[in-house]
Amino acid sequence: MGQQHDIYYVPSKSQWPIVAAVVMFLTVFGAAHWLNAEPGEAGFGKTLLLIGFIGILGMFFGWFRSVIHESMAGRYNSQVDRSFRMGMMWFIFSEVMFFGAFFGALFYVRMFSVPWLGGYGHGVLTHQFLWSDYAASWGNGGGNGPGHVGGDFETVAPWGLPLINTLILLSSSVTVTIAHHALKAGHRGKVLLFLGVTVLLGAGFLFCQAHEYAEAYKELNLTLGSGVYGCTFFMLTGFHGLHVTLGTIMLAIIWLRVLAGHFSKEHHFGFEAVAWYWHFVDVVWLGLFMFVYIL
Amino acid sequence: MAQAATHDHHDEHHDEHHEHLNFFQRWVMSTNHKDIGTLYLVFSLLMFFIGGSFAMVIRAELFKPGMQLVQPYFFNEMTTMHALVMIFGAVMPAFVGLGNWMIPLMVGAPDMALPRMNNLSFWILPFAFALLLSTLFLPGGGPAGGWTMYPPLSLQSASLAYVVFAVHLMGISSIMGAINIIATILNMRAPGMDLLKMPVFVWSWLITAFLLIAVMPVLAGAVTMLLTDKYFNTHFFDAAGGGDPVLFQHVFWFFGHPEVYIMILPAFGIISEIIPTFARKPIFGYKAMVFAIASIAFLSFIVWAHHMFAVGLPLGAEIFFMYATMLIAVPTGVKVFNWVATMWGGSMTFETPMLFAIAFVILFTIGGFSGLMLALVPADFQYHDTYFVVAHFHYVLVTGAIFAIIAATYYWIPKWSGHMYSEFWGKMHFWNSVIWVNVLFFPQHFLGLAGMPRRIPDYNVAFANFNMISSIGGFLFGASQLIFLGVLIHCVWFSKKKATDRVWEGARGLEWTVPSPAPHHTFAIAPVIHDEELAHGHVED
Repeated sequence: MGQQHDIYYVPSKSQWPIVAAVVMFLTVFGAAHWLNAEPGEAGFGKTLLLIGFIGILGMFFGWFRSVIHESMAGRYNSQVDRSFRMGMMWFIFSEVMFFGAFFGALFYVRMFSVPWLGGYGHGVLTHQFLWSDYAASWGNGGGNGPGHVGGDFETVAPWGLPLINTLILLSSSVTVTIAHHALKAGHRGKVLLFLGVTVLLGAGFLFCQAHEYAEAYKELNLTLGSGVYGCTFFMLTGFHGLHVTLGTIMLAIIWLRVLAGHFSKEHHFGFEAVAWYWHFVDVVWLGLFMFVYIL
Repeated sequence: MAQAATHDHHDEHHDEHHEHLNFFQRWVMSTNHKDIGTLYLVFSLLMFFIGGSFAMVIRAELFKPGMQLVQPYFFNEMTTMHALVMIFGAVMPAFVGLGNWMIPLMVGAPDMALPRMNNLSFWILPFAFALLLSTLFLPGGGPAGGWTMYPPLSLQSASLAYVVFAVHLMGISSIMGAINIIATILNMRAPGMDLLKMPVFVWSWLITAFLLIAVMPVLAGAVTMLLTDKYFNTHFFDAAGGGDPVLFQHVFWFFGHPEVYIMILPAFGIISEIIPTFARKPIFGYKAMVFAIASIAFLSFIVWAHHMFAVGLPLGAEIFFMYATMLIAVPTGVKVFNWVATMWGGSMTFETPMLFAIAFVILFTIGGFSGLMLALVPADFQYHDTYFVVAHFHYVLVTGAIFAIIAATYYWIPKWSGHMYSEFWGKMHFWNSVIWVNVLFFPQHFLGLAGMPRRIPDYNVAFANFNMISSIGGFLFGASQLIFLGVLIHCVWFSKKKATDRVWEGARGLEWTVPSPAPHHTFAIAPVIHDEELAHGHVED
């Protein structure tokens, strides 16, 4: 790799990195200030958070716009293209590890901490001295721990909405692949159709998930506060949902860029990066469907 | 070598400005790996002195038994902040800065692969540390539960949200920096710079970058769980809700142990550059050195629970993690023996970088040995949370990582500034550092074996003498670093002695083929590589 280029490309100076650092700082500073405010205290946290968040959106818009302009002007050679690809691949790997932390927490509470609290294996004394009437189980009745925090709840049945969502995401992976092949073949109408369907499927997934969350809170009494069952359920599916949201927005932007004619048969890394991201989101969902809903 | 003229800028709007950037454009909007590397190094030096001043507070309080100067809560803030600032603010940015400066020069690339992201990963850091350090001035105080942030203690801290978000920012910065380094090494090498001809420093950074991308997101996950446990009613770490405080320790140390190697593998790389130069011999066992780094990196993922032996793990886990940990001594031993073998029979000279490198080999090995002692489960029950642990990790981090960073600075600063530093004051810095750092940390082994606990502002009078010796060593080691500051300032702005291109007689590698100081843009056209110019040009298969 990296050996068949005549001349290197170094991009010109840019204001976007420092803008990005500032708006990221405003966002987290606002968020921290908001979280830390005394109840009833006004504070400037929320305002700052909002400004920072809008700033982040503006920064992404501006930064990507300048990159797209440079790319359209043909500045980027094949070496830059490879650097972008590596960057995206390793970014996705880092996302995998982020989800790994939460999957690890799920496996730990299911395999160790909940059974131990029920007196199995290593936890016999904790059980005896602190919670001798706790019968360890997962899901309804035991998944919120010996303190029964959050009260009785019911789990989300896997073969209803979650199954539909699985089918939605799997078919969206197929449609985005069809769109990719169409792009390589130069059929723009077909690309727009199938990419559009992918965006709609992503939105459909989010709609179903919102419905599922509302039902969980209102009818099943399954909340973020329902012990480790509730927090692993909502943190895993919630972070996944955030990624689907991001992915859907990215797909929608790519759809607009296809419409604007930004991509050629050979050069469409923006499309491919988003497609990779979408497949990653899909794979994470399969893990969730298996370990959070079914098992 | 055609590195001078044709910087291909491709930018009709900005090309003409290029040679006369104003201060803001040059340093804040930079896409230049040398400028960004300098920013990283200066930032790291600043954090080194801030973190060091926290350490001075700690040693002053511990000078005598009884409460001396500060309130216990402030003492706890100091131990916590000292660690966070030194790890995330001083050591890691210093290595990223060195990597930024040297990796493109070493592999014959014009710049980093993603120069704008490079600038962003630096500029996040000042904001992240402003956020972190600001907590010291908040009502309710800064984090005081130790840098490891174990719940439930850390959840009592009023500043938790600030710390968590600061850690998120640092993580984002590290991940972007690491992605950049991997892309640079894999994609930007000059033709003929095969992977197994790369300098060991470049190899060590490639593997370190992989570790960073793998574990920084896990830290982000761990601190996110802390945040939701405190503010959003989750129960990850609350046994009443079915969670477990030990879960945090597992997730944290799954990050934390590879993090330890993130802070030492680039140091291994630096030492593997310096020793061959001043021994005037190629590194002994180049491939073995590379594979040893890779083995250490692999093992770092399966040893995390050795930080948790005293927490009540199942016996099987303790035995597995004990043996896995001791296994790391094998590749580490390979490295130490190879450094010694490189020096063996060489025509050695003892300029300041070499002195620091030799001190590294000896003192890091002492830290490695105490690490082996800590790896033994039954022994660790005695050592856990005592000053023995403090002595151990300061031997690997101060006389290991920091000494390597200092050695690298002396080694490469003639290339950066174009001037030689003062050898006399460099040696003064070395001898003061190496003597006082041992006065500082060696007695802490004895204190720990006698049972003095970590992170406590007061102690039994039985520990008085060794603590006083340690504090004196600490103050003088701290003061010795002012010599370092003086040498740097002198070298950059006042030194009259011009550096040659090669700088050191025995230096090999592409970075020594460019002028000193290195021009703002190097290798705009890929250099032609002659194997005999490389440090490792004739690797036997």
